Amino acid sequence: MSNIPSDLKFNSSHEWVRDEGDGLITVGISDHAQELLGDLVFVELPEVEATIQAGDECAVVESVKAASDVYSPLSGEITEVNEALADAPEIINTDPYIDGWIFKMQLIDAGEIENLMDAEAYAEHCESEED
Amino acid sequence: MSADRKTILNATHREMGARMVPFGGWDMPVNYGSQIDEHHVVRKDAGMFDVCHMTVVDLRGMRTREFLSYLLANDVAKLQESGKALYSCMLKPDGGVIDDLIVYFMAEDWFRIVVNAGTTEKDIAWMQEHAQAFDVQVEGRFDLGMIAVQGPNAREKAMPLMAEELRTAVAELKPFNAATDGHWFVGRTGYTGEDGFEIVLPEAETAELWKALAVTGVAPCGLGARDTLRLEAGMNLYGTDMDESLTPLESGLSWTVAMKDERDFIGREALQAQKDAGGLRRFIAIVLEGRGVLRGHQKLFDGDREVGEITSGGFSPTLERSIAMARVAGDAGDNLTVDIRGKRLPLTKVKAPFVRNGKALI
Repeated sequence: MSNIPSDLKFNSSHEWVRDEGDGLITVGISDHAQELLGDLVFVELPEVEATIQAGDECAVVESVKAASDVYSPLSGEITEVNEALADAPEIINTDPYIDGWIFKMQLIDAGEIENLMDAEAYAEHCESEED
Repeated sequence: MSADRKTILNATHREMGARMVPFGGWDMPVNYGSQIDEHHVVRKDAGMFDVCHMTVVDLRGMRTREFLSYLLANDVAKLQESGKALYSCMLKPDGGVIDDLIVYFMAEDWFRIVVNAGTTEKDIAWMQEHAQAFDVQVEGRFDLGMIAVQGPNAREKAMPLMAEELRTAVAELKPFNAATDGHWFVGRTGYTGEDGFEIVLPEAETAELWKALAVTGVAPCGLGARDTLRLEAGMNLYGTDMDESLTPLESGLSWTVAMKDERDFIGREALQAQKDAGGLRRFIAIVLEGRGVLRGHQKLFDGDREVGEITSGGFSPTLERSIAMARVAGDAGDNLTVDIRGKRLPLTKVKAPFVRNGKALI
């Protein structure tokens, strides 16, 4: 079973969100997502200062198998991207929730976080997709 | 996609922790953890692949050689010593590739062919249709399993598991030759660009051999690594690099078509006409200069002109860069770019294979 930290929020396309306070969030892809993708070999990061709407494609993770879009779980402005992934995309495989973060974003409406799934709901979501 | 067909090793894969995926109607292991680790273990040591989904077809009858001479684009006259293998395409009359296969000459009344999984039914039907005129019996051997053991240490690790008489014969095998003791059939062949064997044996013994190989230190590998290994080795994948709508001449397989003498074979006239018409598309090997991953169907450009597309591409774990094979217009230049998500990225044309016997060749 994949690791689903209880302090994070998730969306149905397998991104996770960490609430850093004051409307700032960190975003990555879940352990379940990296398992499905297999070894990652390339990450295309978003542009810092880009304004992104919830549901927009904002990054691409490519594994040995396929390219997969990363969708922004919420709306806001990109404040920082994880440059370390350019040289070492495999960090997402080994540590998807800490060192494998993809971007940070300042939300337009911090209240939107509450619309995302909690760990329990996300675990159910993953199980239902496997059926 | 449904995946209701299972090889005899299915339960063993699951016990050993494989990640299973649907593949051409089969439920197959894509990896046992890390595809990249499995790739490297085959380049550096020894790995094994479940290839039971591929089909062994035995051809029997005194006129089998004559039949194959007509059926295949490569010339079985090259097979003079028992055990010798030949890679060939089997063509439609219009030159389209029905399948690519390996044929082993065992005796004048027994040739053995190994065909792809997804094409098995049409292959056997095609062979049967043409075999009658030559009094040749075509038998799909669905009672047999097959394991590929590949890597620089593959032979050393696999040979102790063979019966003594077979082991002695196998130790003497030259590349692209096979030996049999009437029970197991061992070819010094593969699909990785490394040394090794493909072992054909009764289905009931296959899981036991798989487990014994694991004990001797042969790493179980999935289809993921098999694909990156064959791509690095510059080997075509049927259905991806060529199919019934393409001829070998536009698929980098001219070297497998024997047209020097007057031999009559299915597809010959069409290939000759295609040659005479000229303007053949070329099948090339390319490397992506910068970061990114080349994938099948990405478009290639010579300046502003679209000249073709990638047939198979991916990340090369050995070269740590992205590599691909592509089909381009005959007059395309050497300075090509690829469109990846709207960006044009520069490519370098190289000579395949990219990697052989553990060594980078580009």
